[in-house]
Amino acid sequence: MNSRSRWRLAADTSALVLAAATAFPVFWMVLSAFKPKGEVQSLDPKPWTAHPTLESFRQVLSVDGFGRYFVNSLVVALSVVVLSAVVVFLAAVAVTRFRFRFRTTVMVMFLIAQMIPVEALTIPLFFMFRDAGRFAPGVGLNTLASLVLVQLAFSLPFGIWMMRGFVAAVPVSIEEAAQIDGASRTRILWRILLPLVAPGLAATSVFSFIAAWNDFVFAKTFIISATENQTLPSALLVFFKPDENDWGGIMAASTLMTVPVLVFFVAVQRKLVSGLAGAVKD
Amino acid sequence: MSVPTTTAPAAPPSPGSRRGGPAPAAPPGGRRRRTPLLLLLPAAVVLVPLVAYPIYQLGLLSVLDFGQAQASGGAPTSFVGLGNYTRILQDGQFWSVLLQTVGFAAFCVLATLAVGAALAVLLTRVGRWPRLVLTTAATAAWAAPAMTGSTVWSFLFDTNLGLVNHTLVRLGLTGFHEFNWFYDKWTAFLIVGAVVVWHSFPFVMVTLYAGIRAIPEEILEAAALDGANTWTTFRRITAPMLRPILTIVVIQSVIWDFKVFTQIYVMTEGGGIAGQNLVLNVYAYQKAFASSQYGLGAAIGVIMLLVLVIPTVLYIRTLRRTGNDL
Repeated sequence: MNSRSRWRLAADTSALVLAAATAFPVFWMVLSAFKPKGEVQSLDPKPWTAHPTLESFRQVLSVDGFGRYFVNSLVVALSVVVLSAVVVFLAAVAVTRFRFRFRTTVMVMFLIAQMIPVEALTIPLFFMFRDAGRFAPGVGLNTLASLVLVQLAFSLPFGIWMMRGFVAAVPVSIEEAAQIDGASRTRILWRILLPLVAPGLAATSVFSFIAAWNDFVFAKTFIISATENQTLPSALLVFFKPDENDWGGIMAASTLMTVPVLVFFVAVQRKLVSGLAGAVKD
Repeated sequence: MSVPTTTAPAAPPSPGSRRGGPAPAAPPGGRRRRTPLLLLLPAAVVLVPLVAYPIYQLGLLSVLDFGQAQASGGAPTSFVGLGNYTRILQDGQFWSVLLQTVGFAAFCVLATLAVGAALAVLLTRVGRWPRLVLTTAATAAWAAPAMTGSTVWSFLFDTNLGLVNHTLVRLGLTGFHEFNWFYDKWTAFLIVGAVVVWHSFPFVMVTLYAGIRAIPEEILEAAALDGANTWTTFRRITAPMLRPILTIVVIQSVIWDFKVFTQIYVMTEGGGIAGQNLVLNVYAYQKAFASSQYGLGAAIGVIMLLVLVIPTVLYIRTLRRTGNDL
């Protein structure tokens, strides 16, 4: 074996070891969720189980109401995705296809909006939604609509920035040709441009889905008394009592929350990487 | 994301990425001029009341005496000018929290970059399968919500049932028997930092790897023909060509790690014993919602915003320098 292939072998091996270390917490979470309670609470933890069981899942879903919270989270995240996609698409077209006054200002403002510590804005937003609830109870505190609205707002700046690249990648000549053929601007927008940027819109949607799905600070702040409107992260926070040692339940609830995003993310991984980091050669 | 967590990673297209042609010249006429504004209208309808107005309100709250009585409408609000700010700046706890926030963010940024860059280089040296396995594992860490990342790492480092203590004792380090990692300020910060790095190194790794792969093969071949060794190639070619991407990754990491909230809030149960693990973001939230001093919380929020303006301006400048027209 020459020194070159020895190096290669060492590199391959360390990549695999590091991959195992990186994935280990996720593995441990899923494993603990499927272990019988007795094994999770054993003082001699083993990295496998001979008796996988759905006991913990059954408990969190039926006794602790995580089924309901799962649905709530899904409703919020999917509403945000749909609304955000429409708004992001229109705004991205505006900033890539048109030159207008204050265009740069608008872009800089979208950028700045991404840097804001959203947790600090919970303070004014809390009072705004409390006051709005007096006039329109449907969007006040304790409603899923309030979560949809704030998540929608915070998903837009990043979405528009990311979507801009995808819109710019569509040659203008396609639209010009359609225009010559007599298609109206509305038709060009929805029938020609939209299908062309759909893959990019899907990638952008993954981020708005994940941000909405993961949010816990707004859910924790806004959903005070209506526990039936809790979402997964805020319910998990209430459930998270390390002293009570119900790690099986905590890990099952965590698994329920992680798996959907994991599947989603891995499925679009390649798209994301090229969308985010520009052209990758292979 | 974690993606990013409430942290969606934002990387602008690198210089080599696809770009459309220049925007078509607008034909004269009012309708054409109104179109972009109409297209931006939905975004404005959402962003003005839900982002711009709350920022204004945050500033307003920060100059009011606004506590529990005012929040419930039981007492009139009164203007206190910079009173909240002077109270905070004279509070010793604020300064220690600020120092902690900066130190913690610096630690996370450096560790994230070191791990991310090392693995990006490693990715260029391995075969197809190990590369796919490592990227997939990193994607799993990236995608795991900050919330569940926090719960599972808390479990791993649990005092009695945690795998880490168990393993360390097995290895003969009996001092770790029932060792409470969250009791001491520094070990608690260390573990929270590890979770933050675990969540954020994949973004750095993937971005830098893409950057390295985007360096044209011919340049590297030419360097090799000219007899440049690995170190010279790195110093004279790879590093300068990666600089724009690296700058963006650094600034992004600074911005994220300065704002860490979920991991601290969940793992140290709201800021640690006697608030020893507070960072600014959690501190502002606790001041407002745990002790009902909304005015003080808002003032801390404003200070955070002002601190974050610095990396944001640097970020915009870098973007413009690297040819991203805004």
